[in-house]
Amino acid sequence: MELVTEIAQLVVNGLMSGAILAVPAIAFTLIFAVLQITNFSVAAHIAVGAYAAYVTNSVFGLPIILAILVAFVVSGLIGVVADHLALKPLRSYSALTVAIASMALNLVLENILRFCFSNNVQGLSVPVYRDWIFGSIHVAPQNVYNFIIAVIAMAALFALLAFTPVGKAMRAVADNSKLADIKGINPEQIARLAIFIGMGLAGVGGVLIALDAAIEPTIGFRVILSVFAAAVLGGLGNIPGAVLGALIVGVGEELSLLALPVAYRSAIGFAVIIVALLFFPRGVLGKR
Amino acid sequence: MTYVVTVLTFGGIYALLALGLNLMWGMTGLVNLGILGYYAIGGYTSAILTAYLHLPVLVGMLAGIAMGALLGAATCVGLVKLRDDYLAIATLGFAEVMGLIAQNEIWLTNGTDGIGQIPRLFGNLRGESFNLVYLCLCLAVVAAVFAAMMVLRRSPFGRVLRAIRDDAMVAATAGKYVFGFQMKALAIGGGIMGLAGAVYAHFIGFISPEIFQPQLLIYTFLALILGGRGNNIGAVAGAFLVVIIVEGTRFMVEFVPSLSAVQVGAIRQLIIGVGFLVVLQNWPRGLFPEAVPKYAPPAKHSAAKKI
Repeated sequence: MELVTEIAQLVVNGLMSGAILAVPAIAFTLIFAVLQITNFSVAAHIAVGAYAAYVTNSVFGLPIILAILVAFVVSGLIGVVADHLALKPLRSYSALTVAIASMALNLVLENILRFCFSNNVQGLSVPVYRDWIFGSIHVAPQNVYNFIIAVIAMAALFALLAFTPVGKAMRAVADNSKLADIKGINPEQIARLAIFIGMGLAGVGGVLIALDAAIEPTIGFRVILSVFAAAVLGGLGNIPGAVLGALIVGVGEELSLLALPVAYRSAIGFAVIIVALLFFPRGVLGKR
Repeated sequence: MTYVVTVLTFGGIYALLALGLNLMWGMTGLVNLGILGYYAIGGYTSAILTAYLHLPVLVGMLAGIAMGALLGAATCVGLVKLRDDYLAIATLGFAEVMGLIAQNEIWLTNGTDGIGQIPRLFGNLRGESFNLVYLCLCLAVVAAVFAAMMVLRRSPFGRVLRAIRDDAMVAATAGKYVFGFQMKALAIGGGIMGLAGAVYAHFIGFISPEIFQPQLLIYTFLALILGGRGNNIGAVAGAFLVVIIVEGTRFMVEFVPSLSAVQVGAIRQLIIGVGFLVVLQNWPRGLFPEAVPKYAPPAKHSAAKKI
């Protein structure tokens, strides 16, 4: 019985941390879907979002909801500008060259943050609540709020993709960019929009992570393996897949605590990547 | 003087890493972002054998090479069939796990405290003269590996690797066992990187999980891209250029007053990252591009005559 409640508790925790992971995982997979590029600088944009929220919330004392919006816009804009300067000129080379360049871009952005904010650990100012207790399962209200914010962000993206002309155009480019071009969709514009939304979401993910942990320049780098694992498990470019992948990674990381020391938690991401690639090379939601 | 010698020794270590990466990525086309894993296992193996078990340094170094090669072959089994972008992500994860092991298996690696007092190769030499002798050894090792790679590149084996890089399907159709060649390339490359790690460990005399710093991965890729991917001369030249750039930034930031140590470090990383992008945008094939052998197609009329 003890074990059952422990597992239930871990699953609940995992679903909540998985929902947070899902936000940057969607960002990574959306950019891949539209541009066919694995953009490693998602890690730095997570950190950009976290710091944008820090400045809004802790320095100017504005509410968290506003900080999240600021983080979305700031990291989205920085994403577009950085892509324009650093990666766009390379797009005629192989996708891999761009991927490697995105690692250098990541280094640049991370060090701009380090220059401005130093390595000191910062935090958002959020009230501390007492845990809610359901039966024998403890839930931190902050985690529930984060979960809700993550769900809202994802729902907004799904609504955009499903119901707006822009979203339709984006799906068309992701599906077949040449055909979309023939049909009069400007792939360049759509790419820019995908990067804005993607990196903006990465920034929102950064705020959600920061609400739960300390802010430092490597905040994104610390979670990036789990983010990649979620996207790979869902199938790169598959947005609902990334959400499902993130939930699985989140729960997997928590359940690993039953068998492994905490320190190896982040190794689960790697294990998930390997299992996914061996057994679901097109993602859990992919067609065989 | 000591400073120059130390910098050049690091240049040699980077050159070894770049030569190993050139074999994996430049020649065979396998993007490996896990190179620090081989570097670390080489360094740790040699450190553990010599500092804990008191084996001779040469034995430690050879074991470091062997472990790097084994790890390279092991990577091949799980990962090599993956598409480029998946391979990049998976190997990055692999290095991450290696870093976790180095941090947490304290019985083996002494955790974040690291292993100190690693015996040096020329134990009786002190200070300056040790550094000089070690630099010569390091450069000799680089020269030997470089020569071996030049031979390998021209050999039938090297030609198959490049064929696999350009089109694995064609190589397979020509009856080449692609997987076997890729495994050998990763094993040899891993061995070279293991050697680089061992050379590092016995130079510094200390090894800790700090060697998994992401900058080193960037430096190695920068060295190879700057020098010219696929070209061994480019790999070595690129490595020494990178060391000069990395050290040069140290002097550049000295002219900017009133910066904290963290800010100075950040600016140096920033310059290197920007430099990487500038090089890639302007000289995508590097300063010493790989010489692609020209294939002269048979003249048209001779083909026509046969019909």
